[in-house]
Amino acid sequence: MKRLVAVAVVALGLTAGLAACGGGDKSGSGGESTTSAEATEEATVSADDDNPAADPADADDGNPAAGSYDCSDASQIQGEITVWVDETRITALQPAADLFCAEQGVKVNLIQKVFDDLRKDFASQVAAGSGPDITVGANDWLGEFKTNGLVAPIDLSGVADQLSPAALGAFSSEGQAYGVPYGTENIALVRNNALISETKATTFDELIEEGKAVGQKYSVIIPMGDAGDAYHMYPIQSSFGAEVFETDAEGDYTDTLAMGGEAGHKFAEYLAKLGQEGVVKSTITGDILGQAFTAGEVPYVITGPWNTSTWVASGMDISVLPIPSAGGEPAAPFMGVQGFYLSAKAANAFDAETFLVDYLTRADVQLELYKLGGRMPANLEALADPSITDDPVAKGFAEAAGDAQVQPSIPAMNQVWSPWGLTEVAIADGKVTDPAAAWDEMITNIETAIAENAG
Amino acid sequence: MSELPLKPRTQKSRKAATMAVAGGWGPGFIVKLILMALIDAIGIFGVIQAWRAGSTTILVVAIILLLVVNYVYFARRAIPGKYLVPGMVFLLIFQVYVMLYTAYVSITNYGDQHMGSKDAAITAIQSQHTAVAPDKDPYAIVVLQKGTDYYLATVVDGEAEYGTSDQPLEALDGATITDGKITAVDGYDIVKPDRDNWDTLQTLAVPLSDDASQGFLMTERNGTQAKVYLPTVRYDKAADTFTDTETGLVYHDGGKGQFVDDAGKKMPGSVGWRAVIGFANYKTIFADTKMMVPLLKVLVWTICFAFLSVATTFFLGLILALVFNSPRIKGQKIYRTLMILPYAFPGFMTALLWKAMLNRDYGVINKWIFFGAEIDWLGNPWLARLSIILVNLWLGYPYMFLVCTGSLQSIPSEMMESARVDGAPPLRQFRSITLPLLFIAVAPLLISSFAFNFNNFNLIFMLTGGGPLPGTGSDTKIPGATDILISEVYRLAGVDLGTPDYGLATALSILIFVLVGAIAAFSFRQTRKLEEMA
Repeated sequence: MKRLVAVAVVALGLTAGLAACGGGDKSGSGGESTTSAEATEEATVSADDDNPAADPADADDGNPAAGSYDCSDASQIQGEITVWVDETRITALQPAADLFCAEQGVKVNLIQKVFDDLRKDFASQVAAGSGPDITVGANDWLGEFKTNGLVAPIDLSGVADQLSPAALGAFSSEGQAYGVPYGTENIALVRNNALISETKATTFDELIEEGKAVGQKYSVIIPMGDAGDAYHMYPIQSSFGAEVFETDAEGDYTDTLAMGGEAGHKFAEYLAKLGQEGVVKSTITGDILGQAFTAGEVPYVITGPWNTSTWVASGMDISVLPIPSAGGEPAAPFMGVQGFYLSAKAANAFDAETFLVDYLTRADVQLELYKLGGRMPANLEALADPSITDDPVAKGFAEAAGDAQVQPSIPAMNQVWSPWGLTEVAIADGKVTDPAAAWDEMITNIETAIAENAG
Repeated sequence: MSELPLKPRTQKSRKAATMAVAGGWGPGFIVKLILMALIDAIGIFGVIQAWRAGSTTILVVAIILLLVVNYVYFARRAIPGKYLVPGMVFLLIFQVYVMLYTAYVSITNYGDQHMGSKDAAITAIQSQHTAVAPDKDPYAIVVLQKGTDYYLATVVDGEAEYGTSDQPLEALDGATITDGKITAVDGYDIVKPDRDNWDTLQTLAVPLSDDASQGFLMTERNGTQAKVYLPTVRYDKAADTFTDTETGLVYHDGGKGQFVDDAGKKMPGSVGWRAVIGFANYKTIFADTKMMVPLLKVLVWTICFAFLSVATTFFLGLILALVFNSPRIKGQKIYRTLMILPYAFPGFMTALLWKAMLNRDYGVINKWIFFGAEIDWLGNPWLARLSIILVNLWLGYPYMFLVCTGSLQSIPSEMMESARVDGAPPLRQFRSITLPLLFIAVAPLLISSFAFNFNNFNLIFMLTGGGPLPGTGSDTKIPGATDILISEVYRLAGVDLGTPDYGLATALSILIFVLVGAIAAFSFRQTRKLEEMA
């Protein structure tokens, strides 16, 4: 009996200790166990910082009351939200997170993740009821997120007139917005001015000839990699008129593939030719493109703003140009839109939505993201900022966008990327003898996969 | 329960035993007390956390485990239990539970479009089918609170009205209206939306009238304005159906984790949930020739790969062990240390390194060893298979080397000496004495090595990704030339494509488990014969 009592006493004591260590749950926003030291600190802070618990007055402006909080003082933090970002955006978002904390008293936990993991981790974790409140992501994830009920609609009506309609549309489905767009991106032809300073070519074939005349290791590079890169090939493909999906009367994508038939065959043949020229190969990845370009081994590459911003920063002299057509029609790249999604299972949806709608749409926040990532802001005021309008690189990308097509965000797009890329690898690497037949095989396989998934 | 055979006790052990029976406070008991107290503390902490999180299963399991552990270590009778319980607990948590859960997932359709619970799916469908009425102005509102209930109140034609999700707007008594705005209500508090009540307020949709097609009000985050929303579908809780407000079509739970119409067609814009679908996943695997035929091919390669991996690593390891076991070699220790270096690096890193070295255009293997020849090591099916085996040899021989060295040293030297005295030539010595004795020690390790390589996902995934793929590779379900079963399962799971099918993948995993289990059981039976022979 005595022993039992002893065990119970020790166990209880240890449990209490553990509970004290792990007591970081969300039940109380201040906590009742304020130690005397914290209490005095709080008192001094509120003395010289007039009333941190701001009064909820002036509600008519639509925004929740903005107060002023000292975020280095844990006792002033009213709540917290978690935002998943990748390494390229975490620095750019920190000022917005600090501002949000200072004005709303809500701590923003920026969690850095690898971009490739964001999508699947968000899908599996939100479905299981956990995951972040907000994640950064591309507009073409919307289809998957929406059909799985992972993202919540956001009321953007108050800020809609500040954002580019195209960017907003890319994050909307059936009239509802599911994300806050912050940046648009498209690829273009990038020239190393140290190797060649003038581009006369009007077709892609002429461009290859020009590139060859420079006499470096490569003439033109389009990145590919083992799994293929249909995104970077798309301007070439669209210049043959082989667009990915058909569009309906309102210009929305339908589930019907449009890249088969004659136009697709012509592109497939041309791709095989590009492979023979060494312009595209599965062994040339985005990394190798970067190395070759900075080493001056290639005069022309097709790439996006994520690369050019580093190249300009390192002092290279580059020009950004529209991609010459290969098949006669304009070479239209995809316009990808990057933005922030609100989780359907957000632990703190109130503050998360405030952060999304009232902070991430702001011109200064989006301009900061532009400076570090090079993507054109979705906020119209930021887009008109002199730092963008006077930037030749930004102007070049805007011109190259031309009649860029918004990257499809319909669920069927999931069935397209992988077979599309792999088939392009097989054709470019010369693994198939008949490119047109390989292309047809791909079309059939994608159509089957789309039908199976829709059923 | 059979009694343990009693060994004659020494003076000391008898004394200790008497002490334990008498409940003494010997040093052993104090150590036990502290350890058990720690375990109990962690256990009780877990129980509290499970209680807070509201997960009943974990709560119950944790309580039962705690009781069992305490009984076993404080009761005097449960002596065998004292040895078995820790292992059993870990076996339960890390093996049995995982297996049961996997088996459970394999009879569900967990995957793309069937990710969450049904409740979450219904909520998602409702929120996705709610659009702002384009031609109606927002209402100025206030949020009222009484106890734990919330209400939206507004001024209609100068009169205060209020309502909840179940009760359309109706007259509100006791409201003070100043400048057309409600400023106070008797018996209610006017509250602002905040992070604590927002989850509730987001579900507060107040119908404008009994006619649901008039739309409903939902507060904005400022708590002063509400837009009129129009639902395009309506959920009937009692019947568990969705009705399209425009077409009037009714969609019911089709039993497969989707709302479907009477013809079984999926409701447009529906969100699915995870549902138990019986053995449909297993049926797909066996009935669909498009799946079964490639899987059989993959099975053949998997067995070849696992067998060749064990064979090559074992023989290289054995030869090296024999060579470096010879006392005539100088610097044995240095060589042995160098030999196990590949074992010291993480396997997946080594695989990635080899992948880069085997690159057709830029890899050092082609550049330095083959003088710039463009050998497509990882692009040709047979070369890719060869590369896999060779890289696995590099990764695996140090283990076999270590194991063989160890058991060679444990062979008594008298046996070898007597063989030598009897005039047996070295080869005969090796075949009749060394090898049989070696096998007794090593055979179980060879079997476990086989089982490990059978599921060696890391190597395949990092080195070739299962490729090269046949043809254009545009059929994403067809396996590549080096895909083993587990990497093919990963491919079929479709995680990389954003269309995962965990149900199907777990069904395949269960089949692999059965297969590996059967092979291992058979092999262990064979090794028993080996022991008898010796």
